[in-house]
Order: sequence, then structure tokens, then C-alpha cells
Amino acid sequence: MHPAYSVILFTTASGAGYGLLALLGIVGFNHGPSSSLWFGAVAIIIALGLITLGLLSSTFHLGRPERAWRAFSQWRSSWLSREGIASVITFAPALLFGALWLGFIAKPQWIGLAGLATAAMCAVTVFCTAKIYSTLTTIRQWHHKLTVPVYLAFALATGAVLLMAIASVFGLYQIFQAGLAVVALILTLVLKFLYWRQIDAEPRNRTIEAATGLARAGETVRQWEVPHTAKNFIMNEMGYAVARKHAEKLRRLVMILLLLAILVTVLTMAAPGLAIPLSIIAFLLAGAAAAVERWLFFAEAQHVVSLFYGAERA
Amino acid sequence: MTSLPAQVPGQKKLGLVIDLDTCVGCQACATSCKEWNTQGYSAPLNDRNAYGASPEGTWLNRIHGYEVKGAEDEQSRIVHFPRSCLHCEEPACVTVCPTGASYKRAEDGIVLVNPETCIGCKLCSWACPYGAREYDYDDGVMKKCTLCVDRIYNKNFAEEDRVPACVKACPTGARHFGDLGDAESKVSRLVAERGGYDLLPEMGYKPVNKYLPPRKRSNEKLKAASGESEVKSDGKSRVDDFFRWADRLLSR
Repeated sequence: MHPAYSVILFTTASGAGYGLLALLGIVGFNHGPSSSLWFGAVAIIIALGLITLGLLSSTFHLGRPERAWRAFSQWRSSWLSREGIASVITFAPALLFGALWLGFIAKPQWIGLAGLATAAMCAVTVFCTAKIYSTLTTIRQWHHKLTVPVYLAFALATGAVLLMAIASVFGLYQIFQAGLAVVALILTLVLKFLYWRQIDAEPRNRTIEAATGLARAGETVRQWEVPHTAKNFIMNEMGYAVARKHAEKLRRLVMILLLLAILVTVLTMAAPGLAIPLSIIAFLLAGAAAAVERWLFFAEAQHVVSLFYGAERA
Repeated sequence: MTSLPAQVPGQKKLGLVIDLDTCVGCQACATSCKEWNTQGYSAPLNDRNAYGASPEGTWLNRIHGYEVKGAEDEQSRIVHFPRSCLHCEEPACVTVCPTGASYKRAEDGIVLVNPETCIGCKLCSWACPYGAREYDYDDGVMKKCTLCVDRIYNKNFAEEDRVPACVKACPTGARHFGDLGDAESKVSRLVAERGGYDLLPEMGYKPVNKYLPPRKRSNEKLKAASGESEVKSDGKSRVDDFFRWADRLLSR
């Protein structure tokens, strides 16, 4: 599948934003009002900024962005529509939580509820995003039970590292932030590793013979003539194979980036004095891992239509 | 509404039956489809670099060619394979649509895109296993086969012309149009007689369009020229025996 850069930016940036926002909601639930107005305000602004940046960039791949509002109408059947609605609804508890948490609305007894509601809506939105992919039966590598957990894990991990980085900058670094980030990063690494192992082990049992229905016993089918004189939309969109041949290297790169992010996060525990540079480096490493992983998620995916275009199996 | 309409008993299911035995791959269906639809419901169907080195554009019907390699010593067969929207009974391209631009008509089962409300997110093309939907890069919306909805009910046409443009254009009669929901219709009987089949039935999209398999050829067992000229005598023809003797002599 062709990796649309706007979709990669959307899912990784808004993933980190939702992860951070959900954790801020849980922090509010646990600890009550924000200990520092500036830290709280900057963290909320970064979270909502990443989410908004992601949502805006996701409209760039639309042919008719001015009609994007129509995407809120088909929540009964479409996960894309549900994602759009969930992403917009999330702003309501998030802004309310922000106002309560930072003390602009002096009702601290409501912080916990608003924080939990915000965290829940963040999870729902990322869940809907992942469901768009995992419900497509046409793409074996996406129609997989680990697609949703991996999306959620990346959002949580990048959000947790970002929370640690922002807290460090404001002198609020705490060991538990690093611990949370390490746990989330390890979870992400394990889930993604299992995902790769499982998609490799699955049989590629759809064949060009079965798709065309032309082969009798013992016969094979191959493409003899293409239905075009130049590349067409289907080939551009579904036939993308640039990264597939580098898949092994890129997978290793994702795992190394995640391992380095874990290592650097652990180092912050050993040297809290260096928490600011180390946690920023950890966030850059985790963000890079998420971006490469998301690119690979598209590039490795093989659409069943490729069989009609000459692929032997999918 | 992208939820699918409820199926009623005797549901009308308009669709095509494509005879892979008689299709000669002449592209008449593809060009007449393009010609009709670039001025009809889907107008305009874009073309880019039309007179350049690498012309490309949106086509609603494309003709593949496949070589079926025979088992063991059988000859290969070439099969021309037109591929367009199959107007599935369970079209995931419709249910994934976030805007309601994609829909399946309750009255005849035709799957359409409303070009006024499509946002061009392309998710429907990801959901289709058959590559039936193509993105129009100029218009920014998805285009697909309409089963010539603007022809088949068109009262300005004579009765016999109220068929999809591809069916009308086919010079070998390889394309048939009709109601596949009616077991007694001409197309349904054709499917029953010739063993018409679904593409990728295991995916559960329940395509309405059917394909008729190529008939078995009488001479499939003929060997391809293999350099092996030795054929045993059947003892009937003296002349054949003479040539066989001459062949052996000259092969020394």
C-alpha cells in the first residue's frame, strides 16, 4: 500500500498527542490540580497541538478537503467516520479538563472525572483509527488481531516519553515517569515484534489462480497482458513495493530505535541531572521509531487486488 | 446512507455476465465505457498526459490478459479478462465510506458514488478486492462503473439500446446484462448452464457479476512442438509409414 505521508504524520503525531493527553488526564485523576501552571498549560497545549496538527494533515490526502465535514455522518457503518467524530468529541472533555486542572474553573472535585473522560476518549479515538485498518479484509497484514494493540501501544509509549520530556524541562522529572515510559516502550516493542512474527508465519494462501478462477487442476496462471499502457491509480495506490524489499532492515531499525529509547530512558533514572537532554533524545528516538514503523505498516501491506495485476500470491 | 439496504425476497440484482470463452480482448467495451462515461454520470473521466509518452487516466473497465499454463504437456491458453465493478451484495466499499457518498441502491442493487459528496479519501478503493474503484486525480473524487445507470432506464433510447455501453459495444456477444436476482432471467440461466462463477467468493463480498469459464478445448492434449518427431505407426497408412521411415533415415 502506498504510504501517504499525511496519514503517517497524522497517525504518529496525533497518536503521541492522544497518549500524552490521556496520561495528563490520569495524572489529574490521581494528583488533583496541576502542580505548576506553566507545566500543565504547556503540556496540554502540546498534546492538543499534536492532535490538531495530525487532524489537519489527515485532510491533506483528501481529494476534496472542503467537504471533510461530511465524514461525520456515517458513524453507523464506517470506522473512519467514527474516528472523525471521536477525535472532535475528545476536544470537549479535554478543554474542560484543562480548565479544571489548571484552576481556571475552581471546581477541583471535577478534575478526576474530567481527566478520566478525557483519557477514555483518547483511547476510543486511537482505537477507531486502528479499526479503520484492522477491519479491511483485503489486506492480510492489516486484518490482524495485533493491529489495534500496536496502535494503542505506540500512542501510549510516545505519549509517555513526551510527558517525561516536558516534565523534565519544567524541573518536574520523576522516576515514575521514566518507569512508565520504559514499560510502555517495552510493551510496544514486544507487540510489534509479535506482530511481525505472526504476519510472516501466516500462509500467503490467496493465489492468482484462485482470484481469476481460471486454473483447472495442475494449471498455473500468470499475467500475460496488462490492462493499461501506463501506471494507473490501482497500481500506484495498492502496488507500492518500494520498502517491501527493505522490510528486514527497516524492521531492525524500528527495534533498534525502540531499544535505544528504552536505554536512554533508563539512563535518566541513573542520572536525573541529565534528565532534560536524555528525555528529549528518548522522545526523538521513540518518535522516529513510530514514523518508520507506520511507514513500514503501509509499505509492507499487500492488497489482494495485486493478484489481478500479476502477483502470484497475497 | 452507507448502511446496506435490506434484501427483500426476489431482490432485483442487476449485473453483468462476462463470457471468458468468447471475449477476444478487443478493448471495445473499455473504450465505449470511457466514451459514454466521460459525458454521462461520471463526467468527466480524467486523462493525464493523453498525448504524451505515458498517458494515464481513469477507466471503469479494464481488460487483463492471463496465460493459463497447461498441466504437463498441454498447451497454454490465453484468456482475456475484463474487470469492472461487480456490484457486490456485501460491498465493503460502501460501508467504509465516511460521508455516505458511496451507496447501494435498494431498487436494483447498483453500487454508485455520489460525485457531489465524495471527499476523495480513497478508503473505498482499499476495501475493494477487485480494484473496481479508481481515483480521479483531476476531480478529486472516486469513479466507478455505474452499470450505465444513465442508459439502462433512459426513455430516450430505443428498448434494445437500454443496456450498458460495454454490452452494446461487444462485437462477440461476450457481455450479458440482466437481473441476476431472478433465477428465470436469461443471464441467470446462462450462469446455470455454463457454470458461471464468482471472483474471490471466500472473501464474502457476494459479487453479483458472474464470469463464464472458457470451454474446454478439443485439442488441448496436442503436444506443443517439442522437436520429438517419433510417432508410433498405427499400421493403417502406408504413406505415413513411408514418411516415418524417411524421417528416421534423414535423422541419422
